Amino acid sequence: MDFLFGKLSWDAIPFHEPVAMGGVMGMVIAGLAVLIGVTYFKKWGYLYREWLTSVDHKKLGIMYIILALVMLLRGFADAAMMRTQQAMASGGNEGFLHPDHYNQVFTAHGVIMIFFMAMPFMVGLMNIVVPLQIGARDVAFPFVNSLSFWLTFSGAMLVNASLALGEFARTGWLAYPPLSELAYSPGVGVDYYIWALQISGLGTLLTGVNFFVTIVKMRAPGMTWMRLPIFTWTALCTNVLIIVAFPILTVTLAMLGADRYVGMHFFTNDGGGNAMMYVNLIWAWGHPEVYILVLPAFGIFSEITATFCSKKLFGYTSMVYATLAITVLSFMVWLHHFFTMGSGANVNAFFGIATMLISIPTGVKIFNWLFTMYRGRIRFSTPMLWTVGFIITFVIGGMTGVMLAVPGADFLLHNSLFLIAHFHNVIIGGVLFGYVAGMTYWFPKSFGFRLHEGLGKVAFWCWLIGFYVAFMPLYVLGFMGMTRRMQHYDNAAWQAWLIVAAVGALIIAAGIGAMVLQIAYSVWKRDELRDTTGDPWGGRTLEWMTDSPPPFYNFAHTPVVHTLDALAFMKERGDVHNRERYAEIHMPRNTGVGLIMGLLSLTLGFGLIWHIWWMAAGSFIGMIVAFIVRSFDEDVDYYVPIPEVERIENERHLKLANQG
Amino acid sequence: MKQARSSTRLAGVLTLAAAALLSGCKAALLEPAGRVAADEKQLIITSTLLMLIVVIPVIILTLYFAWKYRASNTEATYMPNWSYSHRIEAVVWGIPIAIILVLGILTWKTTHELDPYKPLESSVKPITIEVVSLDWKWLFIYPEQHIATVNEIQFPAGTPVNFKITSDTVMNVFFIPQLGSQIYAMAGMQTQVNLIADQPGVYDGLSTNFSGAGFPDMKFTATATSQADFDAWVAKVKASGGKLGLDNYADLAKPTQKDPVKYFGNVEPVLFSAVLDKYMDKSSGLKLADKICLPTKVAGAAGDMQAKQRAE
Amino acid sequence: MSTIVHQQSQTFGAHPHSDGPDHEHHHDAGGNTVFGFWIYLMSDCLLFASLFAGYAVLSRNTAGGPTGAQLFDLKYVAIETLFLLLSSITYGMAMMGTLKRNATKVLLWLAITGLFGLGFIGMELNEFHHLIEEGNGPQRSAFLSAFFSLVGTHGIHVSSGLLWLAVLMYQVWTKGVTETNRTRLMCLSLFWHFLDIVWICVFTVVYLMGFL
Repeated sequence: MDFLFGKLSWDAIPFHEPVAMGGVMGMVIAGLAVLIGVTYFKKWGYLYREWLTSVDHKKLGIMYIILALVMLLRGFADAAMMRTQQAMASGGNEGFLHPDHYNQVFTAHGVIMIFFMAMPFMVGLMNIVVPLQIGARDVAFPFVNSLSFWLTFSGAMLVNASLALGEFARTGWLAYPPLSELAYSPGVGVDYYIWALQISGLGTLLTGVNFFVTIVKMRAPGMTWMRLPIFTWTALCTNVLIIVAFPILTVTLAMLGADRYVGMHFFTNDGGGNAMMYVNLIWAWGHPEVYILVLPAFGIFSEITATFCSKKLFGYTSMVYATLAITVLSFMVWLHHFFTMGSGANVNAFFGIATMLISIPTGVKIFNWLFTMYRGRIRFSTPMLWTVGFIITFVIGGMTGVMLAVPGADFLLHNSLFLIAHFHNVIIGGVLFGYVAGMTYWFPKSFGFRLHEGLGKVAFWCWLIGFYVAFMPLYVLGFMGMTRRMQHYDNAAWQAWLIVAAVGALIIAAGIGAMVLQIAYSVWKRDELRDTTGDPWGGRTLEWMTDSPPPFYNFAHTPVVHTLDALAFMKERGDVHNRERYAEIHMPRNTGVGLIMGLLSLTLGFGLIWHIWWMAAGSFIGMIVAFIVRSFDEDVDYYVPIPEVERIENERHLKLANQG
Repeated sequence: MKQARSSTRLAGVLTLAAAALLSGCKAALLEPAGRVAADEKQLIITSTLLMLIVVIPVIILTLYFAWKYRASNTEATYMPNWSYSHRIEAVVWGIPIAIILVLGILTWKTTHELDPYKPLESSVKPITIEVVSLDWKWLFIYPEQHIATVNEIQFPAGTPVNFKITSDTVMNVFFIPQLGSQIYAMAGMQTQVNLIADQPGVYDGLSTNFSGAGFPDMKFTATATSQADFDAWVAKVKASGGKLGLDNYADLAKPTQKDPVKYFGNVEPVLFSAVLDKYMDKSSGLKLADKICLPTKVAGAAGDMQAKQRAE
Repeated sequence: MSTIVHQQSQTFGAHPHSDGPDHEHHHDAGGNTVFGFWIYLMSDCLLFASLFAGYAVLSRNTAGGPTGAQLFDLKYVAIETLFLLLSSITYGMAMMGTLKRNATKVLLWLAITGLFGLGFIGMELNEFHHLIEEGNGPQRSAFLSAFFSLVGTHGIHVSSGLLWLAVLMYQVWTKGVTETNRTRLMCLSLFWHFLDIVWICVFTVVYLMGFL
């Protein structure tokens, strides 16, 4: 151990693991390509000024989604490796992934997909859409918003670093002790896990506070609660869940960290530690977390269904109450993740019944979507395809969830591949389908041109078919007694199903390929895909009122709202564009402090992981100093002069008139 | 169309595969060999059927509405502002509530009936097997017969078996799929499960909670036999000699993988409670599982050494 | 571990009445900041709730080591508590100065608050040091891990508050009681009183109930 380098040495690089080195080389090459590209096109100044120091919710949202899509590739690579390994490793066959490596792969897969794909994707969509939907010009705390992004980014970079330096946790995505304690996981893997999640978790918590205040305090005049767009309602509930649940994660990881770093005994086998307490705490966070992910997806589907059926959303009021019910209930069900821990029949039964209760408001939502389609005029653009795919797929996943909620059934199915199939069913069918649909839906708003429809449809069908081919066999394997996280097995009857599942993963890979291609092709052909109206789908909510992309200040005049579906109402009245006198617009300045604090959090995490104490201490102090220095900065905002506003608005009206 | 042709081909391949797969299908959970597993399987079926009451109509309606109300079908009624109906609300809240009510009552009832700690009703006297999950093998101690084995148990069919379970390492889960009810094995705590095999047979056992490097091979066999065969097996184990005591237990507990079956003809009676004692904080009083407190203790150092070895 | 969040940036929002004037004066930015801080405090509440839950579960797991009753000195803790409670009162006096825009009064009472706060932290560090020296540090048992973490997290919050106090005192000294500083003083006020309330829970659940 070294003062300068802590535990870090050349041994940390996985030279002896070819698969890992392959991954490292891939990351290095991709990273270099980006750096070289930016340098070659001389875009550093632009990048720094317009993006890295931006506090604009629209830009931060785009950066979040780019991060999510990049991490999707990494998380999916892990999935493909797992499926391939399991398809091979029957009988005496050891497959191609050594157990030490396989055990990291399935852990990383879960951590990346939840924390660094789904969460940033959701936060990104929320960032882009919510302020626009409520008629606001930005979020309540734009600087904090920037900080949140860079903290999340740093967490993701730590996970990526673990591939090149050291190892990742080999514990599963929730790192149960005692396995995650120092005695059983002495390497740096669990430390990477802890700090990546603590740092990005802080970012998420700040986002929760930020958007809660934004939605409560910054709605356009006339936008009462029951006139709030349904996606914003789900965002509000998600943020409540974040505010209440994430501190639990912070404490739990801190306790595990205390055990590992200072020798405390929260969860150790000796010294009076209680590993069961970890399981309770982590799931008290973990269950709300999955609702944090799925509620915005529900909101997205509501918006898309109404728009593409050219019809009011059916049962808006009951949708709102159903969302609130789900929010409250999601705190009362966590024990269903460990019915088999021996809690006693009364406790198990209570939590089982509470879990089933959630299916009631969820079912109501599904029916409301169906009755929105009923007597509508449905256009099957890509977002609507994802929605129909979602309804069918999610309802199956929900069914298997209710099955698992019966403790007696769970006693057979806990931790089996049936469970794996269930949660992928709802996460892919619900969360992923929702976010991709949302991305397709709001892409033209963010960039001014649509994504290519044909490739979008290819992506959809590959994902839909791939999902079923990959995961229906897992339900079967659950019934055949196969449990999760097995690097190899000796029941030959399982192999055929695992091969089918691997084929499914291949089909999903094609779907991801189609998505990447779609984005690249759409950028290339953006002039043909251009949308000059700002409203390519016939939207019903305020974000479709602005230009695409919106001016940096969103609205020259804050809209006044009279009904639900504010824009649809304005369209009926012919009252969309307000050309009255403009006023100066108050906007926040860009700042590099969020970026600096974020990067310092990266070095803080790295220093803590490798026991490079000077790096950790320096980074921590640096973050505090940066924050304090920022607090002395009085030049944090400015007023957009009226002529500038006029120029931008006139340009837009000219564009609208020209296509008339 | 290219897409249609490839999806037809895919469908063909899938059908063939399905036929091949289903022909050799032995689904452990669907072939219960004991009362507990049979009840649990029944629960799965019942809950599935109840849920299908909602799921099937939803899928049908989705496809039907998607087709009927497609924009190109200009003959379908179009009511763009119709967004509420009391009757529909009543139905969409009411039917799920009714189903969950039924399922909820069923849940309450069966959760109590299937409580793993509850002794099974039987005229036959139960036998007790103590279980210790180790890295990465299962140690079984028969307190009444004074024998111990690794990775193999036998018991008479039709006799309730009371398993008392703990761990001398990280968390594992004790599970014999064809007999039902898995339960966690945790250090410093004792959990229990009561199982029974209705007829003789050989059943697979495993751990379902990932516990590290040797986890996939942490398997055991559970064989149900006639009473006579069981007695013969006990005699065989006793005759194999070897004693498992506090002294050589530490050796056994060292991390190993892919362990073969081992027999111990004699076992020190306090061994299981000594393992529990290692981690159980007697001052706590807050454990959910039963406590067995005996004065003897396995040296703490042995436990630490074990953990360190495993990590290497 | 959560850090304090200062909401300095102005908030940007809709105008409550219809548009018309040349210059859109900014909407209740301070109000949003204070509200946001309240919400952050609610999350901090959950943080402490989780620590309390952990403490409750582990409070009897002494692993053969000492219990709370054997370790705690109630008189000592009572003095600590007095310091903290008094510091809340003195902060309240500082807030009165804020209402009157009296920078001198504000600075005086903030300084006294800071002294009481330092006294509290000093005593707590001394208590911890003493326990650790005796071999009753957080590594001794799960109970002590939970004790040190719960009480220590509160202490870290108070220390952060003291740093914040110092910085804010400097800002008031140099710029006076401006809108921005008033908002910050309000947020720190909420923070300080919140920590007081948490301490009352700590005093009750940890120290007093340790003797039950």
